[in-house]
Parts: sequence; structure tokens; C-alpha cells
Amino acid sequence: RYTSTGCFVFKPNFKKRKISVPIEDYFSKGKNASEDSKLRFETYQLIWQQMKSETERLQEELNKNLFDSLIEFLQTSHSGLWKNSEDWSGEIKLREIPTAALILGVNVTDHDLTLRSLTEVLQNNVTPYVVSLQAKDCPDMKHFLQKLLVSQLMDCKVDVQSKEKESVQVIQKNVHYSMDSLSAWYMNFHVLFDPKMRLKRQISQFLIRMIKQNEIQHLHEFPLILIFGIATSPVVIHRLLPHAVSSLLCIELFQSLSCKEHLTTVLDKLLLTTQFPFKLSEKVLQILTNIFLYHDFSIQNFIKGLQLSLLEHFYSQPLSVLCCNLPEAKRRTHFLSKYIFSISCKREETQSLLENLHVYHTNYFLVLRCLHQFTSFLPKYPLGRQIRELYCMCLEKNIWDSEEYASVLQLLRLLAKDELMAMLQNCFKVFQSSSAKELGNTAKKIEEFLAQFQSLDETKEEEDTSQSQSKGLQKTDLYHLQKSLLEMKELRSTSKRQTKFEVLREQVVSFVDSLVREYLLPPDTQPLHETLYFSSAHTLRQHLNAAPRIALHTALNNPYYYLKNEALRSEEGCIPNVAPDICIAYKLHLECSRLINLVDWSEAFATVVTAAEKMDANSVTSEERNEVIHARFIRAVSELELLGFIKPTKQKTDHVARLTWGGC
Amino acid sequence: MTSTLELKEDKMLKVQFVGDDDVLNHILDREGGPKIKKDRAQLLVNTQKIIKKPENELEEDDQEVLKDQNYVEVLGQDVQESLKNGSATDGGNKVYPFQNRKHPEKMAKLASELAKTPGKSVSLNKNDPEITIDIPQCSKGHSASDKSQLKNNDKSEFLSTAPRGLRKRLIVPRSHSDSESEYSASNSEDDEGVAQEYEEDTNEDILSQKIQAQNRVVSAPVCRGTPSKKMKRKKTSHLVEEYFEAHSSSKVLTSDRTLQKLKRAKLDQQTLHNLLSKVSPSFSAELKQLNQQHEQLFHKWMLQLHLGFNIVLYGLGSKRNLLERFRTTMLQDCIHIVINGFFPGISVKSILNSVTEVLDHMGTFRSVLDQLEWITNKFKEDSSLELFLLIHNLDSQMLRGDKSQQIIGQLSSLRNIYLIASIDHLNAPLMWDHAKQSLYNWLWYETTTYSHYTEETSYENSLLVKQSGSLPLSSLIHVLRSLTPNASTSFHKDLRKQHMQIGSPHQMGIFRLLIKYQLDNQDNPSYTGLCFQDFYQQCREAFLVNSDLTLRAQLTEFRDHKLIRTKKGTDGVEYLLIPVDNGILTDFLEKEEEEL
Repeated sequence: RYTSTGCFVFKPNFKKRKISVPIEDYFSKGKNASEDSKLRFETYQLIWQQMKSETERLQEELNKNLFDSLIEFLQTSHSGLWKNSEDWSGEIKLREIPTAALILGVNVTDHDLTLRSLTEVLQNNVTPYVVSLQAKDCPDMKHFLQKLLVSQLMDCKVDVQSKEKESVQVIQKNVHYSMDSLSAWYMNFHVLFDPKMRLKRQISQFLIRMIKQNEIQHLHEFPLILIFGIATSPVVIHRLLPHAVSSLLCIELFQSLSCKEHLTTVLDKLLLTTQFPFKLSEKVLQILTNIFLYHDFSIQNFIKGLQLSLLEHFYSQPLSVLCCNLPEAKRRTHFLSKYIFSISCKREETQSLLENLHVYHTNYFLVLRCLHQFTSFLPKYPLGRQIRELYCMCLEKNIWDSEEYASVLQLLRLLAKDELMAMLQNCFKVFQSSSAKELGNTAKKIEEFLAQFQSLDETKEEEDTSQSQSKGLQKTDLYHLQKSLLEMKELRSTSKRQTKFEVLREQVVSFVDSLVREYLLPPDTQPLHETLYFSSAHTLRQHLNAAPRIALHTALNNPYYYLKNEALRSEEGCIPNVAPDICIAYKLHLECSRLINLVDWSEAFATVVTAAEKMDANSVTSEERNEVIHARFIRAVSELELLGFIKPTKQKTDHVARLTWGGC
Repeated sequence: MTSTLELKEDKMLKVQFVGDDDVLNHILDREGGPKIKKDRAQLLVNTQKIIKKPENELEEDDQEVLKDQNYVEVLGQDVQESLKNGSATDGGNKVYPFQNRKHPEKMAKLASELAKTPGKSVSLNKNDPEITIDIPQCSKGHSASDKSQLKNNDKSEFLSTAPRGLRKRLIVPRSHSDSESEYSASNSEDDEGVAQEYEEDTNEDILSQKIQAQNRVVSAPVCRGTPSKKMKRKKTSHLVEEYFEAHSSSKVLTSDRTLQKLKRAKLDQQTLHNLLSKVSPSFSAELKQLNQQHEQLFHKWMLQLHLGFNIVLYGLGSKRNLLERFRTTMLQDCIHIVINGFFPGISVKSILNSVTEVLDHMGTFRSVLDQLEWITNKFKEDSSLELFLLIHNLDSQMLRGDKSQQIIGQLSSLRNIYLIASIDHLNAPLMWDHAKQSLYNWLWYETTTYSHYTEETSYENSLLVKQSGSLPLSSLIHVLRSLTPNASTSFHKDLRKQHMQIGSPHQMGIFRLLIKYQLDNQDNPSYTGLCFQDFYQQCREAFLVNSDLTLRAQLTEFRDHKLIRTKKGTDGVEYLLIPVDNGILTDFLEKEEEEL
């Protein structure tokens, strides 16, 4: 029964490996197999590749500023050394190692990617001598230096391979010596980095050694620049490195882009666009953004979630075969098997529906951006500050039915002229940038509004009063705003007279309102929306944000949830005595405090189990039955131990300790 | 977005004296779910309710981030659709709340209650008179829902520590405090308190049962009558108190019975297995159905593995058979490695070794990291290489360490290594921080199977070994037997015969000498062991060894099998000790003599 090893290697018998099964076979052999699954899988791969390259491009673009300034710093930091070395301040500088501290934010999982691209950029633009050191690679000094040397030599000096081996051995014996060799070999420019600041010991050792040994003259020979990756704040450097070391660093801070902005850009370019046909439903989007905001701030994970939704969509939704760009989708209506479409729906009809859907999306995103221009500057952001919040709300239901929307309109009616004009200008830009035909006159209309506001300026003398009042409002807070709203209501009731500006403003507001009502219909009102929208939020959450503890708890407390046997049905908090042994043992142990007496436990267990068994079998002799029950108890207890509910303890004989709190 | 609004409303400062209770109340309200919050929501347009706001408006930046309520709502949204995630329970607080004090006899009582639950013709259990004291029938009906409240309400009863006399004093304050509290305590309860005191002298065991039963009867209607809000408040304050109560004293109240008195306790792995094989499995139809559901996912798993995800399985029940079926149906033509994480000798090193074995590498590596790097490079170079790793119990004792997880994570992050693993431990996900999780790139699958962890638990012998941390009798025999060369032949024969063959006479004699000496000294509290020189002398006298070298060789063998422990005394002399319960040793000698 006991095996002597934990690992078993299985190699297929034949020498020449069979060409592995193409992946799409797994796709089509799943539950929802149909003829077009191959096509669906190809579409998935195509869209995913496009999305992936788009995200990579975005990442590059967003990092560009940071990298540029870093490169500039690296290039200037050492050139300054030789220029004015007689100078006193130059002297000071000579003793210091130029260091860049790169604040990367708490989204640790994204750092890898950023640093990798940074290494690449540096290698291309500054110097080939770049070593990237990660905490996980360097558990001790030996590995640290080894990595330092090896990665240097591999790239640049292939001919010294034999030497390198020696030196690695040397390093193990004598770190001191290797430092000499380091400085002797590399007269060049050096960059190191080290994310997450976990390398503290190694780094400080390294620095101390180096600095002790090579005084000023070595810095000439061995121009070194450090780049630290930091998650939180630069104070960490001072905390981790002894003062003697940190005083020798000349640190300059660089701040990377905040991950929230990154997310906004990603959403903007991947989802709020007609470029990619695939869309997320409200719940799915909520779950993905929530995982991002509440769990890890990781763009990588967000993209992973997106990939999974895409895969799930194509895997489980047969109609997803139409989830591609419009001309292709139209063409594909040919392939559609009969059972997908009922008899009443003809090909031409489908095509026109697809076209409508496309137009709907084009308009949708334009109007959404336009609305966002209006709402994102309002006090208190009733419809959210980020466009993703607004988008979520619009996806969920008719936005104009919500109370928040009503309050937005109220606030818009209070805007001052210049604010309103700025918003209109922005909207105008949004519409201009697109080439949608239907909304062409909308841009014109906005232009007209702008012109009318302009002309108001010329005749403004008449209505000084009201305008100055509304201008005064622009910097106030909610309280004053609401108060003035009240006042104005009263004012209006007493004197009905409206200024020209007010009339115009009213027109603008109702114009925006009409746009919203016409174009921001929730997607589920559109025919064929299910081809593009992935809505199974539950699946996503199950696979990305699982709750194993709750699953265990449910399985132990309510076996009926999994085993649909009527005998197991029970009211909440109770379990029937015919339940699986482990459930009974678990239930009993919940009644105990920190320590559990095994004898008591086993007796209680026996009581329950005997009662359950009495009903079906009475044939076996009692002694034998007792033994079997005891064996079952032992099994249940060892299983609970494996699951981490109890552990053996030496506090008292024949006791186990509970590891969870409370009972239910 | 209402919640945004609410949040902002909440941020308005309003200074006001607030008592502790109100604070608690407030917290509870917020936990209470979206409904209560919604009522309080004010909208911007509602100009009637203008609240004075501080001049310095809070920076909007952080307003956006924490919309807890919103989050909870979203996550809770699809409870109905979730058929498989086991999220039927509402919220985590119910799952594993704080520890509170439990009455020692509660378990027995619950057991007798559970025995009754099906409600079909249950007679009093004659085997166990202690447990089957008449429990009022009415307690059964609402026992489930009231149980939690009960625990909170009669906590003063739990205070009663070992001496029974104390209880008398403790019961009175309880009923007293109850009458002071907001809900009315009935007179009858006080009367009962007196009655309890009276009864106490007569029969302690019955009493403790009765107290509980009565309390149950009394507390139930009381709980129902009070408004839920007050209940809640009561509950939290109790929760807090109880938490500290439970943790304040190191004394734990449990009975002193030990397994030694029960003959049944002495089971070894083999008999355990034999006994269990007699048990007819229940719910096999449902279990089969459950398994079939999981098996339908095999193709999907393969697909997702190929697309760069790794798969982790969780849920109650051994997932070993499931993974094994996955292996036999899907992986026949692929190179794959099965790793039994539950195997006590497993290590990352052995995993890496088998990976290098796959790659036909001869030779050794200086360190695990070197090996990992070599593997990484190999897999990056040759994209046609594909390797499946199946790890049973990735969360086992041996693999759960940070370094091991880091290395396995790095392996799994390679594009052409596909990892499918199972976890069982309650806290297994705590092994992974964000960095590791992104290395693993998990997709979680719940696969509750209810299968028994037969293989997984067979290595730890849990109940048998754990009681005192020493070897039980069966293991002692087992180990001694294994020392002899002819041990393996007798493996499957019956126990009697095995005993005849324990050890070679010399080995046995040496060991028996030590046992006897130890038993002779068992009343001596300062006994530290038998000094080596004395032992040698005794062995020589008994003609068991002829040189001190032979004895040492023998002892080394014993030590390797953890039969003896050596300790250097203060005088520098070596002392020998058998780290086994004296009771077991006595049993062992008795058996031994019987056989001979």
C-alpha cells in the first residue's frame, strides 16, 4: 500500500511522440459541441490575439514617459562625474552611487512585465549591460553574484566562459575576490535592479562590500547605477538599508503611472469601442472591476479575466459564431445551422439586425462619452467619476429612470455658462472625431448651441443679474447649490421671467436628455445582443474569485446541497443522521470548545450512527458493528485533520485541538 | 449610483455624543445589508434635507475606491444562480465566527438529538444512559434556529468550571442579569434557578442536562419576542465578551476519559482498512452523478490548460480518483508526472528531479534554483516540449512552504508546463500571495466529491499516533518486526504468528531490558533514562552482546526507527529512553510473555 516515492513519471511508450492533439479538438469535444465550434475557436483566437497585442501596445505607450525620463537620468548621471571632479560638490557626488527609485505601486503582479520591458528598453537604448535581479532569484549572496556575473557574461563575452566557471567557484569561497574581478572585467556601464525590496540583505551586503573595498577610484572603473523597484514609498529604502549604505546612494524618484488610470485606458480601448466586437455585460464588468479594485489592482489579472470571459463566451454560447466584425458576421450567416435560427428569421433579416446592432454600438459609445463629459464634472459625481461606472449603470437599465440621472439633469440646469460651454466643446470634439452618419447632425446641433452661447455674450448687459448669480454658483459646494436651487424655485414661482441664457441652457439639457433616451438603451433590448455580450457572471466569479472555505462549509453542513437525496433534506442548521460520516463528526465537533475529548466524540458519533443504522440493518453482531463504527469514526477524524479543522495536541491525553472558531 | 451617494453622505461630519452601544448598533446596521442603507439614502434633489457640511470637503480621490456595500452586493447578487459554488450560506460571518465557550456535554446531547432527527420511531438509547436523558420534545422543533442564540444567552452557565459547587453561585447571577436586561425574564426562570440549585445535590449529571434543556425552553420564546435589532445588539456584545472569555483561561473543560480504556482504540492501518471495507457506501447514485458532472469538464480543462491557465480543484472529498480518471482519459499520449503531495517524503527537489528525468538529464545540480533555471531554459528553447503536472494535495505539509510554492509556481508559469492540482486544507489559499497567484494563473474549479481520503490519510495514522505523540502498541510491534530480516514474509499472516517472530532474540532481549528498566523507574519523576555504561553492563550480563560496538550498532538501528531516544546528561553521559507511553510498554511486555 505504501509507495516509496511521491512522483511518478509517465512517458508514452512510443519513441516518437505523436503530434499532439490540436487544441480546438478539446474545444469542440466539450459539452456544447456543434458544427461551427471550429470556427468559433478560430474566432476566439483571432480576437484574443488582437486584444492581447492591443493591451501590450497600450502598456508600452503608457510606460513611455516614465522610461524616457529614466533613460535621461541614466545617461546624464555618470557623465557629470568627470566634468567637474575638482569641484567640491563633484567630490561628494563621486562617492555616491546614482540610484533611481522607481515607485511602481502596490499592484505587485504587474511589476514583472513593466520591469521586463524596462530591461529591454535599456538594453536597446542605453547599455547592453543590464542585469535584472529579482528577489525570487537571489535567496543568498552566492546566487546574487552568480546571477550578476553569469547574465553579464552570457550576453556579452562568450569567449570567457571557462573563466567564468572558475570565477563562480571563486565566488563561493571568496566574495571579496569576485568583487575585484567584477570591477576588473567591466569597465562599462552597469545597471541593476531589484523589485519589491526583498533583497535587502543581499543588496546591503553587496553595497557595503563594494564601497568599503573600492573607494572613489573604483567608481570610475566601475560605473554602477542602481534602479530599485518599490511598491509603496521610498522610505523603504532607508528602512531596509543601513544608514552607512543609504547615505552613499544618490536617489532620484520616478513615479510610474497609477494602475487605475491604466485600467481606464484599457477599458476605453478594449471595451468602449466597436473595434472589438466582444462585450461584457454589466455584472461581468462589475465583477472584473471589483476584483481589480478590492483584491489586487492588477491589470494582468483584469486581462486574464477578460480572456476567460472571451473563452467562456465562445465556448458556451453557440451564437457567438457571429461575434466578429460586421462584414465577416454577415458572411457567416451562411454557415449558421438551421437550428440556431427559427424558421421565421431569414438570412437577410439577420444581416440587417446585425447591421443595426453595429450602428447601435457606434452611437452608444459616442453618446456615452458625451454624457460622461457632462457628468464627470458635476459636484459629487452622481453618475460616477469614471466612465466605467457610467457604463455599468447604462448597461444595467434605462439610465433615465434612475434617480441619479434626474439629479444630474437638475445639476446641469444650474451650470454656469462657461462650464456648460466647455462641456459642449468637449462633446463636440467627441462627435467630430467619429464618422457616424446618424449622429452627424448632432455635432451640427452642438455647434449651433455654441454659437448661440457666443452671441449671448454680446447681449449680456440686459441680463446681468441672473448670469452673475449663476456664475457665482460655480465654485460652491452641494449645500449651497441645493440651497440656491430652492431659492431659485421660489424666485421662479414669484417672477416667471426667464433669461435668454436660461432658456438656452434648458434647451441644451433637454437635448442631452433626448440623446440619452434615444441612444443609451441597455443592450439587452437589442435583438441579437447575446451574440456579443458575455453575461455569465457567475461562471467568471467561480473560476477567478472562488471561495473554497464556503464550499467546504456547505458540503459539511448541508450535504443535501450536493447530494440530492431526499433523506438528506433538512431544515437549516441541522443535518440528518444518515449524512456522510464526516458531516456528522464535523457537526459534533462544532459543539466543543478548544479541546475535544476523543472518547466523548467517538461515543457521540456512535450514538448518532447507530441510530441511523438501526433503521436498515440489524443483522450484524453488536461487537463487530461497534468496531466498524469506530473505524468509521477514525476515518472521519483523520479526514477532518487533513482538512485542517483539528490537530493533535499534547495538552491532554486523547484530545485534539480545534482550529476553527465557533459553531453554526 | 446610490452607494456613491450614500458614501458621500456618510462623510459629512456631524459631531454628536455616541455611546458604545450605539456604535455597535451602527456597525451592525451597516452589516445588515443594502436594505437598511437604502432607506437612509438621500438624494441630491431632495432639498428638504440639507445638512450642514464642513468647509473642507474631503478629497474626492478616495471616495471612488471603497464602495464596500456595492462590492458585497455584486458578489452576493447571483446567489440564486450559483448551483455549484456552495455559496448557499449567507456571508462569511456565519461560516467561521469567533470562538466561544462550549459546555462539555453539549456534544453528547447534540448526538442524541441528531440520532432522533429523522423522527422515525426512535426509542431511548439503552447503551448510553448518560446521554439519553429526557429532552423536552419542544426543544427539538426549534433547536436548529435557536441554538446559536442559546449559546449566547446562557453563557454564564459555561463559566462554570470544574468544581460543581461553583455552579450554584454562578447560576443565580445569570438569571439576575437576565431580568435586568431589556427583554423580560419570566418569574418562572428564577424559580427554575432555585429548582436547579436544589436538584444539584441529588444528581449532577442529570442536572447539567436539565439545565440545558430548560434553558432551551426558556430562552426560545424570549428570543422570539424581542425585536431583532435588540437581539443583534445583545448578540454582539455577547460575542465580544465570549471571545475574551474563551481565550482568557487556559483551562479547558473536557472529560478525562482516555482511549486506553477502550479496547477498540488499538487499530492499525490494515485492520482499519479491513473494517472499513465492510461498510456499504451510501448515496452511491448521487455520488456517481456528482462525479459525472465533474468528468464532463475534462475537455474544458484540457482546453484551458493549453490556453495558459492552470487548474486548481477544491471542495470536500478526495479528488485523487477524479484526477486519476482525468489522467487515464486525457493524458494517455502526453508526458505527464503525477505527484502525490500527501506522501510524507515528497519535496520540491524530488519534483524537479522527475522533471529533469523527463528531459533525460543525467547528472546533478548544485542547488534547486540552478535546477529550476536549467528546466526553464530547456522549456523555453524547445516549444514542442509539453509536460503535464498533476499534483494531488498541493497544500500538503511538505509542499506548503513558501519556497516550495514559489518554485512550483515558477514551473507552472512556463508556457508549456500544464499544472492541474488539488487542494483540501481549509486555509490552503493562504499559501499564495498576489505574486504567487499570478505565477500560478489559477482557474478554480469546485469539485466536491465526498470521496474518502483513504490514500491521503493512510500515511499519518492520525488517531492512532496522535494521542501522546508516541508510538502506539501496534506500531511498536510493526517497527520491531520490520527490523528482522524475515519480517516481510510474515506480513500477511495473522497477528499471533507475527508476534512469535518479533525481532531476533538478541534485539528483542536488548529492547526488553530497556523496557523493564524504564518500567521499574516509572514512579521516579526525575528519571532521565538508562545510562549507556549501565546498559552495556546489563546486556553483557545477559549474554546479549559481546562488545560495546555491537550494542552501539543495535542502538543506532533502534534510534533510526525512533524506538529510543538518547540524551546527554549534565555529566556528559549518554542516557537512553524509550519515548513510548508506559502503559503501552506494559501491554507490550504482557503480549510478549503470552506469546512466548
